[in-house]
Amino acid sequence: MAARAIRTAFSQINSVPKSHGQGVLPFLQERFLESQSCPSNTRQYSSAGSASIQKVTMIPGDGIGPEISQAVKDIFEAAGAPIIWEDVDVTPIKGPDGNFHLPQAIFDSMAETKMGLKGPLATPIGKGHKSLNLALRKAFSLYANVRPCKSIEGYKTPYDEVDLVTIRENTEGEYSGIEHTIVDGVVQSIKLITETASRRVAEYAFKFARDNNRSTVTAVHKANIMRMSDGLFLKCCREVASKNKDIKFTEHYLDTVCLNMVQDPTQFDVLVMPNLYGDILSDLCAGLIGGLGVTPSGNIGEDGAIFESVHGTAPDIAGQDKANPTALLLSAVMMLRHMQLGEYGDRIEKAALDTIREGEVLTGDLGGEATCSAFTKEICRRIQS
Amino acid sequence: MAALTRRLLCNTAWRQTVVPSLSSFGNRNYTINATEQQVLSCAKYGGRHCVTLMTGDGVGPEILTHVQEIFRYAGAPIDFETVEINSSTTDAAYLEAALLSVQRNGVALKGNIETKFDDAEFRSMNVALRSRLDLWSNIVWCRSFKGVNARYDDIDIVLIRENTEGEYSSLEHESVTGVVESLKIITAEKCERIARYAFDFAARNGRKKVTAIHKANIMKLADGLFLESCRKVSEDYADIKFSDMIIDNASMQMVSRPQQFDVLLMPNLYGNILSSIAAGLVGGAGLVPGMNVGAKYAVFESGTRNSGRSLKGKNIANPTGMLLASCDMLDYLGHHNVGALIRESVLDVIAQPQHQTPDMGGQATTTDVIQAIIDDIKPKTQTRNQQAN
Repeated sequence: MAARAIRTAFSQINSVPKSHGQGVLPFLQERFLESQSCPSNTRQYSSAGSASIQKVTMIPGDGIGPEISQAVKDIFEAAGAPIIWEDVDVTPIKGPDGNFHLPQAIFDSMAETKMGLKGPLATPIGKGHKSLNLALRKAFSLYANVRPCKSIEGYKTPYDEVDLVTIRENTEGEYSGIEHTIVDGVVQSIKLITETASRRVAEYAFKFARDNNRSTVTAVHKANIMRMSDGLFLKCCREVASKNKDIKFTEHYLDTVCLNMVQDPTQFDVLVMPNLYGDILSDLCAGLIGGLGVTPSGNIGEDGAIFESVHGTAPDIAGQDKANPTALLLSAVMMLRHMQLGEYGDRIEKAALDTIREGEVLTGDLGGEATCSAFTKEICRRIQS
Repeated sequence: MAALTRRLLCNTAWRQTVVPSLSSFGNRNYTINATEQQVLSCAKYGGRHCVTLMTGDGVGPEILTHVQEIFRYAGAPIDFETVEINSSTTDAAYLEAALLSVQRNGVALKGNIETKFDDAEFRSMNVALRSRLDLWSNIVWCRSFKGVNARYDDIDIVLIRENTEGEYSSLEHESVTGVVESLKIITAEKCERIARYAFDFAARNGRKKVTAIHKANIMKLADGLFLESCRKVSEDYADIKFSDMIIDNASMQMVSRPQQFDVLLMPNLYGNILSSIAAGLVGGAGLVPGMNVGAKYAVFESGTRNSGRSLKGKNIANPTGMLLASCDMLDYLGHHNVGALIRESVLDVIAQPQHQTPDMGGQATTTDVIQAIIDDIKPKTQTRNQQAN
């Protein structure tokens, strides 16, 4: 009797529930609390042989967001990845003070899981609340935005063999939001660069390079024009570089990098830069490999990480099963690697890239005619075969 | 007489007139002529213009020597006044002498001056020259070159960039140790001025569309002011389509579909970025010329303002960009025949693979290319002299 009870309990643990983390068994809940004592921003459950299951906050988003999030969940299930999803809706709600705020649910969820996967969010302009992306970034101090740009075989662009990573400081710089009208017709916008933030992102860049076997980190700056601000950023990068002598460090002007990037993108490896330059360069590099529809992105913070797709919500095709889940899927793969679940990530990535390379089942934006579900099914089929 | 003087001296700096050039350059044949006020500023002695030559650092000195050589062969009526200014002439007197020379001559041809940014006392001389001479418009015209290996062959974009304010205001301070603030200044006056210049340029050159580049979704006041000024000016030019695009989207569009752009109107930093991208797309830093224009003065240089430090002394630098900039200068001064003659030779020569320098994928040295251009020019000048006789 006791043996049967234990067996039932074990089988219930090992089957990952399809729904989103509600009704988790008391046994697992106990494990959640246990692992809160673990340091770092990945939530690992100590495991004695059985698969350790990790909980991830999922923000499906707007427009095509729900469809592509479901596609990712299906693919993860096919791969048997030990992930439980907790869906959260981040539509701002009006607080008692009349201002719009993010719902408390997202903060609670992320505080627990420390890992998020986000679909595209609509940023309504002029609705009286700050950009949601900005709010999430501030709330979880997501200081580094990482965007690996690798050419996708089967999705031809004029640029071949691109394989670089842009790491962008995500919290300060030109996007501090500090602006004043000095007199009528004269506006000043303040770009803030601090030693702490610069050092932090530089350290992350070198760590990322080491963890992912990259050979060179390049700092991108405009210190000839912005002597003190970019000079400080560069100084921090140099100091961190001197402590990481196993990785080559170079520095280039932003315009030189742009110039060389469009002529020969293969010469770049890992790029680290302040906020604005990173925003522009990461979109430039996304353009090299085929656009935002196939580019993954991750935001790394001290308190956790959120991986996201950076394309728009595509309201014109929302709900029509035409969306391409590649960007969100590749971001989810990044997330798996970050969570030390690289073997699942590799399998999923291989299946997805093989599907695109074979070119038989492709969504409209990749040049095919398949639906989102057909594309997803094909990837699932490849994983399971 | 007073009315005439008043007319000549009124600030019509943006009304650059356009003259059809005799050389073909892709699909476009237009170049830029000086305004009346600018003409008054240009030193002309006995039919010959005097032009300030600032050699700068890197490959500037060697290439500008070649430019002078080609001018001699082509018979260009230009005398150069060389002023010494580079990264080692840090004494303020050198900068003042250079400024005085440009103010006297009205026109300059310039190599890039390196900025030693690790030295806290070193001020960027390029920025100082541009702001002191009030060269508020930077124009880089990126057109695909015939015979040059590039990913696209049908690019024709005019990048017009505000040249004196924005992020290049050089106003920075360290408020607390480890925290630096850099001020980006945007003024309605300068935004309107550059917008008007761009629309006027478009109108006079038969361009159809002007696109303003900004990041007003994040920098709401600063870039918002820029965008608003552009919109206001666009209302005076009903025939020209006005649109706007956010800088990161523009960068992405530039690498995937650059043919969609016509005239781009940008604040300082975004202009720097997009000019570099566009120059890379048509063939690289060595190929594209640029000009900096104000109400009275004009300075011609390479479009991407690189000094080419790593190429110095190796005789492999590409002289095309600087040569094309000097042809633009000749057109500006009214010497259209000579300008067209040199430009045609330059374009014909670099279209041939044996005369392409390493940055274009070839093996030729700088001197090879220059000699080929001279050989191309010589028969044309001899014919001209024979015809004159």
